[in-house]
Amino acid sequence: MLNYTIRRLLSVIPVMLVVSIIVFLLVHLTPGNPAFIILGEDASPEAIAQLEEQLGLNEPLYIQFFDWLKQVITGDLGTSVYSAQPVTELIFANFGPTFSLMVLSLLFILIISIPIAILIVSLRKTILDPLFTNVSLLGVSVPEFWLAILLVLAFGVTFPVFPVAGYMPLADGFGAWLYHLLLPAFVLALVEIGIIARMLRDSMLDSVNQDYTKTARAKGVRERDVLMKHVFANALIPTTTVLGATVAGLLGGTVIIETLFTIPGIGQLLIDSIHRRDYPVIQGVVLFIAAIYVLVNLVVDLLYAFLDPRIRYD
Amino acid sequence: MMSKKRNMIALTIFLLIALATITANWWLPVSPTAMDANQRLLAPSGTHWFGTDDFGRDIFARVVVAARVSLAVGVIVAIIATVIGTLIGLISGYFRKTDFILMRIVDGFLAFPALLLALALVAALGGSITNIVIALTIAFFPVMSRVVRSAVLQINNAQYIEAARTTGTRDLVILLKYILPNVLSPIIVQSTFIFAKAILAEAALSFLGVGVNPSTPTWGNMLQESQIYITIAPWFSIFPGIAIVITVLSLNILGDGLRDAFDPHSLKRKRKRKPKQTAPAA
Repeated sequence: MLNYTIRRLLSVIPVMLVVSIIVFLLVHLTPGNPAFIILGEDASPEAIAQLEEQLGLNEPLYIQFFDWLKQVITGDLGTSVYSAQPVTELIFANFGPTFSLMVLSLLFILIISIPIAILIVSLRKTILDPLFTNVSLLGVSVPEFWLAILLVLAFGVTFPVFPVAGYMPLADGFGAWLYHLLLPAFVLALVEIGIIARMLRDSMLDSVNQDYTKTARAKGVRERDVLMKHVFANALIPTTTVLGATVAGLLGGTVIIETLFTIPGIGQLLIDSIHRRDYPVIQGVVLFIAAIYVLVNLVVDLLYAFLDPRIRYD
Repeated sequence: MMSKKRNMIALTIFLLIALATITANWWLPVSPTAMDANQRLLAPSGTHWFGTDDFGRDIFARVVVAARVSLAVGVIVAIIATVIGTLIGLISGYFRKTDFILMRIVDGFLAFPALLLALALVAALGGSITNIVIALTIAFFPVMSRVVRSAVLQINNAQYIEAARTTGTRDLVILLKYILPNVLSPIIVQSTFIFAKAILAEAALSFLGVGVNPSTPTWGNMLQESQIYITIAPWFSIFPGIAIVITVLSLNILGDGLRDAFDPHSLKRKRKRKPKQTAPAA
């Protein structure tokens, strides 16, 4: 396990290097001079020259990259062109709502998708199973933002039970925090619920007729216990691998959900910065999200190797 | 049988949508751009099936025409991402020396949630249709190269490949004549899913205001525009959304069906399960 852990930890380095090259190049993809774009058409040549100097745009590209990388490694993501605040500060100030939203969504996903999968597998010989397959396909075909609009219409306007915008920090009380996040977290979770439930069902069906389940049934173990102790427990292992992809989906989805529900998270920060052409913030947020995703995948892989020893010797 | 029927229905619906939007100019009774200040935000009726928008334009006509951009973006992204992803997958699966470098680059791209990468790229490049196609292609090709690579790895040591190698067949010939045809099925399945995901992503980008120019009718743009009228004209939001769902769903069903059709494992599984299902009754 130690050997595998070290190998897996080291593999993060090349990935993060490629990630930082991509993020660095983002600014240099902009057609024309970034300083000119940031300052707008009315900027004086002096101001442009000064910003070019400040951003280091006069140096060769690879020197700019290594200078930038050195800063990033020390935790300095630059300063916002719009608010003059350090980007790291902005990210941490906005991370709370995003984190709350994601944790609550993950909770929804687990609470809803596990019982669904177990129910579908225990009723696999009925019409419910093919029906579920189609419904889960429908789930991945619905645009999140459209679903959000419809739910806002239903539960915010027609039957006003939930607030349709805003965010309350946890410090203002658990009830207020939860109340404001329920609807957005549910929308965010909905697409992923279909994916996870489908994944669980598929791997449970794979082990329903395995020899060890047959043996359990032959011993006279009740079908319910066979499903829970043998089938479900084994299906959980492959399902952990898609958890990384789930987090990616949630991270992408928060951008849309935060914008729609005006939640002041890093997704909203990203969209605002795109409209303001605030490139240091765009770079910082994108790099931060990619780093989280790489970290989550690392944890998932280590967890998987821990749960399934065969992986370690692959 | 049931899923076969389902796949045919999905294919028919998708082709009908494509045909309808391509030939729209000949059969649409109203122009999608004709404005009428007296007909703003009308509810669906016999004359305006899906109602009218904030400029008094016919929403049905606009939903039909909007499919052009959405489908075109989807299909072009699917084709380019498939070609690039397949090339990288073939090379890295076959020439093992290139594998490490190529896969680390692909992993780097995979480290971003696809929508986020596309968003950042469009923010940098600017929101034209060409740039959206470029951004979405970059966001979706990595998965394809992973899929192709692992398919190549599975057959790399097959006897017929070994035989071709020992008889001195050139690598290019081996790749194109022996390997590519054998990894075609996962490529086709994956490209169908990319098509579906690209349509959703384009709509999301337009909805976030960084996509296709707002004056061009796309499903995402219509939803973005309709958002402020949600309480007084819900149909303005509902119909473009339904159009997205139907189109993407039919593509996803097709992809799912193709996967089952190509996958010998799932066939075997079905055959194995069937007698079990009838056993208790007998």
